[in-house]
Amino acid sequence: AAARGCRGVWRRAWQRGAGGPAPAPRGQRAVACNARGGAVPAGKSGLAPWVPVVGLEIHAQISSNSKLFSGSQVQFAAAPNSLVSFFDASLPGTLPVLNRRCVEAAVMTGLALNCSINKRSLFDRKHYFYADLPAGYQITQQRVPIAVNGSLSYSLCIDNKMSQMVTKTVRIKQIQLEQDSGKSLHDDTRNQTLVDLNRAGVGLMEVVMEPDMCCGEEAAAAVRELQLILQTLGSSQAVMAEGQLRVDANVSVHHPGEHYGVRTEVKNINSLRFLAKAVDYEIQRQIEELENGGTILNETRAFDSKLGCTVPMRDKEGKQDYRFMPEPNLPPLILYDAKSLPANMNHQQVVNVDWIHERLPDLPSVKRAKLVERYGILPEHSFTLLNEDGLTEFFENVVKQTRMKPKKVIGWILNDLLSYLKQHSLIVKESPVTSFLLADLLNLLEKKEISSTAAKQVLAELWKGEGKTPFEIVKEKKLELIQDQKELEQICQAVIDGQENEVIMMVLG
Amino acid sequence: QKATVEVLDHLEHLALVDFRDAEGVERLQKAIQFADQLHEVNTDGVEPMDSVLEDRCLYLREDDVTEGNCTNELLKNAREKVEEYFVAPPGNIPLPKLEERETFLQGS
Repeated sequence: AAARGCRGVWRRAWQRGAGGPAPAPRGQRAVACNARGGAVPAGKSGLAPWVPVVGLEIHAQISSNSKLFSGSQVQFAAAPNSLVSFFDASLPGTLPVLNRRCVEAAVMTGLALNCSINKRSLFDRKHYFYADLPAGYQITQQRVPIAVNGSLSYSLCIDNKMSQMVTKTVRIKQIQLEQDSGKSLHDDTRNQTLVDLNRAGVGLMEVVMEPDMCCGEEAAAAVRELQLILQTLGSSQAVMAEGQLRVDANVSVHHPGEHYGVRTEVKNINSLRFLAKAVDYEIQRQIEELENGGTILNETRAFDSKLGCTVPMRDKEGKQDYRFMPEPNLPPLILYDAKSLPANMNHQQVVNVDWIHERLPDLPSVKRAKLVERYGILPEHSFTLLNEDGLTEFFENVVKQTRMKPKKVIGWILNDLLSYLKQHSLIVKESPVTSFLLADLLNLLEKKEISSTAAKQVLAELWKGEGKTPFEIVKEKKLELIQDQKELEQICQAVIDGQENEVIMMVLG
Repeated sequence: QKATVEVLDHLEHLALVDFRDAEGVERLQKAIQFADQLHEVNTDGVEPMDSVLEDRCLYLREDDVTEGNCTNELLKNAREKVEEYFVAPPGNIPLPKLEERETFLQGS
């Protein structure tokens, strides 16, 4: 098993099954999910199909100025141990003091995910030893978290074409507030670990998604939608690359009708792409293992992005006993609504769930629906618009400045502008073609001063970012459409005159 | 309730305590007995209380940066440091299994 590389596993998976397809080309899903949502990949001929089950635990760093229980700053990449208070370092005599902003962020997120908000939630201690956890325990919400029983809807393209989208839902088990740990840097050469506590105590929202997903693509799509929601709410910036959004996947397989199989936990996933790969790999690994008569261990595995496979995490300590106990220094967290609002309390001490609900911004799903309604574009177009930071704004700005119908403008945005940006790895903000310039160009096209082909040529020139206007480029390259009737007749006549034989053939039919 | 060798071994693993001798184990045994008296109270239908603070208001702090920036002070406590990092061993060193370590519990 150790000698077998990940590529070997992929190839075998595809060759299995009578007349199976060739090894999955890059970009295609290895595990196909049928329309009902249960994945049924071909097993060895004669064996029953498998149903993969995927659940997710997502940790999102709360976007706040200071930490969950202390007043030290939250900031990425600062000098080591410069953003650490005495409480964060777990010095004796310090106590946790809850940050109001973190509570509001969790409530917003709970409401956006259709959860029931627990008006009374509790804090607990989860004990384990690690160098980056100075207290020896993490303050979390194990018994009664702040929000429970929600749902998240997300969309997938069937068959990798943008033309057909299907909507799926995943249940949200709960959202809890908890502390982040510090960072360990492993120095293997000197056989030591360097510890930076800047991250220790930063507020996290743990979002637990029930095992309603069946493959890597679904997991990635669900997380992507969650990311967009968090960014829209502002409760987390959710940038995976900066560790603001961390995902652990729980994967198992079973035969239809039988009970769930043993699950493994997959950690160390740093991007949406790797999430899909890690989940699909793990599903395939488990299927192979079971079909070969092996068993699945309830273990934690790490995703190796270079090899594209999961490997067991060295866990010499066996099953952890976290010895959960109530956090004795924090009374229950009480939230209010319009009805239960206490009369004599200081505003600053009150978190009103209804007040927060009234002020929730439009969620991505609502934004998309509005775009489709207002501009007559297709649902899949609205997905692409929201998926690229700044693209919706760009599109709306162009529409404002041109008479061309939004339904036509969208083609230029998604086919021309976006593909150019992708080719050159630019984000919308960095586009050398501004919305003003594009609108200018589309106006020339709309007024029939240039042809569509000419417009594409002008656009190619505009990409160079030399500061020329579309009008200037048209003049320079003589791309204007000829409007003069006489001139057009002369040109047509000249063509006919020059091709006498062909003309005779055409006239004769 | 008697604290079995399995439980004592488990506690030594988890909390890195060392019961050291018969007296240490006996002290634990007495503590368990003392706490077991709680079972004599009928708590049917009574919500557990985990803190005398349960009726107090949980104070909420404004999201302002008021602490931190004391690297040097914190590092004064460190036995070893590298630049401004705390130094720790490469990883957790788990307590060896009962059969493999020298402990009073072996003989029990």
